[in-house]
Amino acid sequence: MTRKRRRLVIVLASLAGLGSAAALTLAAFSDNLVFFMTPADIAEKNPAPGQTIRLGGMVEPGSVHHATVEGSPAATFRVTDGKAAIEVSYSGILPDLFREGQGVVAVGALAQDHSFRAQEVLAKHDEKYMPKDVADALKKRGYWKDKGGVPGS
Amino acid sequence: MDATTAIPARRAPGRSLHRFANPGRFLRLAARVQPFLTWPALLLTAAGLLGGLFLSPADYQQGDAVRIMYVHVPAAWLASSGYAALAAASFVSIVWRHPLADLAAAEIGPVGAAVTALCLATGSLWGRPMWGAWWVWDARLTSVLVLFFLYIGHTMLVRAFDDPERGYRAGAILALIGAVDLPIIKYSVNWWNTLHQPASITLTGAPTISGSLLWPLGLSTLGITLGFWAIVVARLRAAVMERRIRGLLSARAAAA
Repeated sequence: MTRKRRRLVIVLASLAGLGSAAALTLAAFSDNLVFFMTPADIAEKNPAPGQTIRLGGMVEPGSVHHATVEGSPAATFRVTDGKAAIEVSYSGILPDLFREGQGVVAVGALAQDHSFRAQEVLAKHDEKYMPKDVADALKKRGYWKDKGGVPGS
Repeated sequence: MDATTAIPARRAPGRSLHRFANPGRFLRLAARVQPFLTWPALLLTAAGLLGGLFLSPADYQQGDAVRIMYVHVPAAWLASSGYAALAAASFVSIVWRHPLADLAAAEIGPVGAAVTALCLATGSLWGRPMWGAWWVWDARLTSVLVLFFLYIGHTMLVRAFDDPERGYRAGAILALIGAVDLPIIKYSVNWWNTLHQPASITLTGAPTISGSLLWPLGLSTLGITLGFWAIVVARLRAAVMERRIRGLLSARAAAA
């Protein structure tokens, strides 16, 4: 075996070892690498009230209620993943992309009554990009697959 | 510096893999290739940005913020593919001790760090109005930040030794270890739930970006990619010439 060939074998073997070590580590820490928990995850794992968690899912169409509390905007809405839903209350300004039927991630904690108090609400954008007239045309012809999400609503 | 820093003629000429190890041959070839990288890069980037910023329509949800994509997405693809090239050069350098591969790895590093910084900065500017946050610690954003630190670390490590050969060895090992981050970046949005959206353009399916928004992205991706390689080739030519001049100067000093 020449020195070049030996180096090649050593490097390839080290890379294979490193790759599998990384894969096993990531698989083991998978629970901590997720950015948010869905309502079904929360129902299953039952985190303690007051513990800060991120709740992610879709804003249930028809569940958003805007209000004004002590002069600042507030909102309540339900976040669902199709299996379970959680009532969320938030006071503050919602991001531009927040609308019914749209993905959302809320940072906050569960209260004693199993509703969710959000300190921060992030809108999640999907991978679909199209101009407004195309979106309108799709809706007009009934090809729109989203349940809600009317632009500008 | 002594005469040994000049690139030694280690290889027998004519062997296919090592033909371009000859720095003289590389300089002649690179000088001929350079204009075919630089000019198309400038023209295509200008056309892509003109199309993206003025001619293409706004997105139905994001409005004009979608135009950040025409810089962000090419920068993100280049950050990853540039690192793949850095890792490939490091592999060649560590196994075959190819002198040109050492220099290529050292010169790709800073350019890769710059496009990764561009990707992170534009992503942050998009995230603030769209998500409502400049930065979140989800798997995609964090793994790209790690890539940025890998580029910076490699750039500094390669230049940290008095003996450049030792710097190249250490840098090559770091670059190969860091290559683990590439599949993590690519699949982070599929393996874990993240705030970052999954890929719109895949090898297997139709793109989920409308055609009128897609064509400027193709142009700017081509342009920015060619620009990346134009800068890398220019840096590499300068590095080869610098090495030659150092070798000549030290040979002259030794003779005097």
